Amino acid sequence: MAEILNMVHELGEGLFGPLLWSLVWVVIKVVLLLAPVLFMVTYITLAERKVIGAMQVRPGPNRVGFFGVLQPLADAVKLIFKETILPEKADKSLFLLAPLLTLVPALLSWAVVPFSPELILADVNVGILYILAISSLGAYGIIISGWASNSRYAFLGSMRSVAQMVSYEVSMGFTLIPVILITGSLSLVDVVEQQKDWWNIIPLAPMFFIYFISVVAETNRSPFDLPEAEPELVAGFFTEYSAMSSGLFFMGEYANIVLVSFLGALVFLGGWLPPLSILDFIPGIIWLGLKAGFLMFVFLWIRATFPRYRYDQLMRLGWKVFLPVSLFWIFLTGLVLQLTRGIGGE
Amino acid sequence: MEQRKEIENYTINFGPQHPAAHGVLRLLLELDGEVVERADPHIGLLHRGTEKLLEHKTYLQGLPYWDRLDYMSMMSQEHTWVLAVEKLLGVTAPERAQYIRTIFAELTRILNHLLFVGAHGLDVGAMTMFIYCFREREAIMDMYEAVCGARMHAAYFRPGGVAKDLPDGLAEKIRAFADDFPKKIDEYETLLTNNRIWKQRLVGVGVVTAEQALDMGCVGPMLRGSGIAYDLRKAEPYDAYDRCDFDIPVGKNGDCYDRYLVRVEELRQSTRIIQQCLDKMPEGDVKLANFKLSIPKREDMHGGMESLIHHFKLVSEGFTVAPGEVYLATESPKGELGVYIISRGGSKPYRVKIRAAGFNHLQALKTMCPGHMIADVTTMMGTIDIVFGEIDR
Repeated sequence: MAEILNMVHELGEGLFGPLLWSLVWVVIKVVLLLAPVLFMVTYITLAERKVIGAMQVRPGPNRVGFFGVLQPLADAVKLIFKETILPEKADKSLFLLAPLLTLVPALLSWAVVPFSPELILADVNVGILYILAISSLGAYGIIISGWASNSRYAFLGSMRSVAQMVSYEVSMGFTLIPVILITGSLSLVDVVEQQKDWWNIIPLAPMFFIYFISVVAETNRSPFDLPEAEPELVAGFFTEYSAMSSGLFFMGEYANIVLVSFLGALVFLGGWLPPLSILDFIPGIIWLGLKAGFLMFVFLWIRATFPRYRYDQLMRLGWKVFLPVSLFWIFLTGLVLQLTRGIGGE
Repeated sequence: MEQRKEIENYTINFGPQHPAAHGVLRLLLELDGEVVERADPHIGLLHRGTEKLLEHKTYLQGLPYWDRLDYMSMMSQEHTWVLAVEKLLGVTAPERAQYIRTIFAELTRILNHLLFVGAHGLDVGAMTMFIYCFREREAIMDMYEAVCGARMHAAYFRPGGVAKDLPDGLAEKIRAFADDFPKKIDEYETLLTNNRIWKQRLVGVGVVTAEQALDMGCVGPMLRGSGIAYDLRKAEPYDAYDRCDFDIPVGKNGDCYDRYLVRVEELRQSTRIIQQCLDKMPEGDVKLANFKLSIPKREDMHGGMESLIHHFKLVSEGFTVAPGEVYLATESPKGELGVYIISRGGSKPYRVKIRAAGFNHLQALKTMCPGHMIADVTTMMGTIDIVFGEIDR
């Protein structure tokens, strides 16, 4: 592996010169990372339709390609070739900027997500902080889309979504703090490596559940899909969007689902570590994929099962239940660590 | 000079193009944040002039228009019309026809309540419910098709009986369905009834007290949900209902959750009625032998001149009805569906007035909504179970 890499580097430096090559190499790495991510994003749409279809005793898409495997491509082609309608009263530039602002942050976060100890684009030592910061940016796209559409439903949808995303970011952030306390590092690689003995889900089970529920709310998924609640607000913040501009919102949403599933698998479920050391022979990336895949499946499962929360109930859940519980758990984690390790570790 | 600024409430136009408008309801909502201050339903977008049309059709030709009133419970609508015409004529249908009509009226009730449970679930965000309910609706639609050839607009009930006898094997099919259906209801209930989110969304929402329900003329499950055990099937039994044993479920608090429970229980009671009717149904004719009223058999028409003349007269001119007035109501799935017919003799009614349950229930929406949030508006729209065919007529 290392020899091949060296060969590629030599070849590249010979072709572009050292400075230019370092830039080109970054671009190559980004493409190599984004291609599978976007592949997952497109195929989770198919998985969603298939899984929910199975739960609803119907086959789901099965016309385009064998077992419907080409359905996402057909959808993409359709969305691209449709006309993007610009509403008369909308603020045109912001209106078009908003979908990008939702999709791009969802993709940016992938830079620090490790797939194995070596396979990571940028192993920054503040990985978790970076992800929290970037994912907060996603709210802007939604606010701007609702505001720029100049439509009443869209406006209500974006109001809801701002309140929801801000509230649930808080509880999502707090669930990660005990993990950081235990690890003593913000780097995701360290977080995973520290789970060698037992996964974080064992000491922090309630935090994991709060994390999962918070990210369901954070990604605007059912049963917290209030910003786009169909029977109430038509399509919420993207009511006025059509064609690929609405497709970008969907891509952003699914990219976020994939991201938070990976993050949950890394932070709480031991990332690429196998559940038993006997199972070491299976590559770590497969374990990571399985764990994240399971979390994504739960996303879909929840969607097929539960009715939707109401706005005030959602807020109450976030601020009055999750926040105190997670604060208490932070305190408890700190206390236990203090008693077992002493201040600042051993 | 003092600067003054008027602060206006946020008004949104909920429908007629809206995923939860249940057809073509236009609801003006005045909002204070997310809270609804005033809800103003506008109707009339599906007006087809059914009452006027009925004045220009013979009694038999008028029948299919009834399927299209509340197009979610088709045969129940026909039931009102045929019973009213029979009352005007002073005839009663043969016993077997009465049982068949009762069976199909109850199947229709199941059809309607399944749509209610499914659509209500969808309104509140439980989308799987909708698909499950449609699975069973499909089975009932097949029974419709077996008996009259149409899946929705049946035109199967006739003054003086029903159009045709049940085809071979249908009775067994209905019985198998009725035996199996309670298990399906249990399945629906596991998904919704004790689901915490479902309860949070429904309990205490859209409360209609017994007094309010009476004032606004609520009927059917809307009235029973508020705790008044009034059901025309018991109060003024028609067809075979007096020979069936069933209970009337009533609610306690008059909120959306109670009305949901009432309807789910009605599904179980309907199954009971169907089973009893199948047990008791005698052999015999399914329409009156009086060929001045009911169309003769097709085989007789091929051989007999008189039958052919009767057929021709009935489908062209229609039967004649003596002058008189009649009001008759049946318990349709949505509540009391009444018709007032004035006849001045001849084969067409002089005036027909339809009393549809949904019309009164929609006005209840106006009293129910204020103070609730937007999300509750869809819950309440689901709970009143409106269909615009019968409201706009």
